[in-house]
Amino acid sequence: MLEHKLLTERIDRINPLSIDDYLQAGGYEMLKKAIGMERIAIIEEIEKSKLRGRGGAAFPAHIKLMGIAKEEETVRYVVCNADEGEPGNFKDRYLMEHDPHQMIEGMVIAAYATRATKGYIYLRGEYDTAHSILSWTLDEARKHNYLGENILGSGFDFDIEIRSGAGSYVCGEEFALIESIEGKPGRTRVKPPFPTQVGLYGKPTLINNVETFSNFPHILRMGGEAFADIGTDSSSGTKLVSLSGNVANPGVYEVPFGVPIRDVIEKLGGGTADGRKIKMVQLGGASGPIIPEYMLDLTIDFDRFENFDSKTGAGAIIVMDERVDVFDVLKRIGEFFEHESCGKCTPCREGNLQLLKLVERFVERRASEKDLLNIETLSRVMHQTSLCGLGQSAPTAIFSTLQYFRDHYIDVIEHPQS
Amino acid sequence: MLENILKEYPRQEDYLIEVLLEYQKQKADRHIGEDEIRRIAEHLGVTESKVWSVITFYTFFSTRPRGENIIQICKDVPCYLNDGNTVQRTLEQLLGVQVGDTTKNQKFTLEHTSCLGHCDGAPAIRINDKTYTNLSVDKLKAIISEYRGNT
Repeated sequence: MLEHKLLTERIDRINPLSIDDYLQAGGYEMLKKAIGMERIAIIEEIEKSKLRGRGGAAFPAHIKLMGIAKEEETVRYVVCNADEGEPGNFKDRYLMEHDPHQMIEGMVIAAYATRATKGYIYLRGEYDTAHSILSWTLDEARKHNYLGENILGSGFDFDIEIRSGAGSYVCGEEFALIESIEGKPGRTRVKPPFPTQVGLYGKPTLINNVETFSNFPHILRMGGEAFADIGTDSSSGTKLVSLSGNVANPGVYEVPFGVPIRDVIEKLGGGTADGRKIKMVQLGGASGPIIPEYMLDLTIDFDRFENFDSKTGAGAIIVMDERVDVFDVLKRIGEFFEHESCGKCTPCREGNLQLLKLVERFVERRASEKDLLNIETLSRVMHQTSLCGLGQSAPTAIFSTLQYFRDHYIDVIEHPQS
Repeated sequence: MLENILKEYPRQEDYLIEVLLEYQKQKADRHIGEDEIRRIAEHLGVTESKVWSVITFYTFFSTRPRGENIIQICKDVPCYLNDGNTVQRTLEQLLGVQVGDTTKNQKFTLEHTSCLGHCDGAPAIRINDKTYTNLSVDKLKAIISEYRGNT
């Protein structure tokens, strides 16, 4: 079996709006278990699981939990990053719309383990359906005392509020997200200090992605060690993959880490819609590398992604067939980053604008050798000097195409549009 | 209307975005004007410039009047790969305006948006608070005529 349904196991078996369905399927049992455990034991179980963050940066989950648990400040926040804005990603929406209690249970477990006092879900403004479902879900959880005061008689108080985004991709970056919850423009902050030390309203804050929180109940149920047996040594558990582009069956698929990208596209996605040849695939989303067809035997693994010097493991696979032009795609990606840059730091604000102009010269087939050199230099500078992940990863698609599709660049230079 | 919305939220700076979203959603011409900015700033105890900075930062907000229905066309790669260009061309033809403009009868404003997170149903658009997927020319025609009839 290629698929391994852990987080998506209940989906289509339960009515997402019914807490009774969730409870009958074993829901909130792990919260009950958690509040009977020593707080440190919960974090140790997460550590044993080797869970890494599912939002893209793949940071070990237990380090964040421990970071907050150790702080002296008693006001602490738990924030769910539901600002899924990376083009090609929709797996968090899928989880929120189809099994919303799972993520809430994970958040409450995390809050209990870290003695957090209040929770927020920062939900992108475009996810209207998920917003309605989550509002309902939170109400239901409150009615059953899985949220609110003295949760299940434990003496622990915790509630969650939804905050909406307003159409800004960069707000998925943790400090931009914090600024946005505080009611400000979403511009990142200089790190350190990290959010676990000085986060929302200046207090220690645990920020995790929807999928990361959704893993917590499963880790408590299975035990950390059994969870770590799924997947690979460097990447434990399963990954929700958002499959899109020129593919017969786009959608969300849950696979264990270590599965070849080709299998996801061909066995789960049914290959390209009309049997055309695959030309290239973009991994992770707009900020991820574009690889040629012959590299599709690469496996889904956090460390594989790091080989591309990019931190994009959110799990998107965008399939592009032989009709697609490399530069047309790079132009769309360039326009995206030029629009979404927050403007705080110069390399990203100015770099994305100039990068787009250079890419357009290749689209129009009037680029020179000097343009190629400039693209390479500018991309490197942006990657090394931008303040946050947006500017650092904006040139990733360019780096990868310079490596794997260099002949396309050379062809434009040698055969300009007359 | 603004006063009623302001009453619903705590007088805290961090509710600024929620207030702006709610107000703009209810307002027929989908924008936030200068007088309202002043009133919101005063109510929440923040400077007017702070409200302006938030409005101009986030794509959802507008300081210029727009149509009753905001149509957002996704322009990112997964939609592009699924013939997203046809969507823009079709909508521009149906409405007789270009992206960025509002129809003369103030019913529709056509805008671009970054990825809507419905790539499994590409190409996608969002009208107000509803997302439409797997679009074809016929489907777009049906959607637009529905909005014409109802508004």
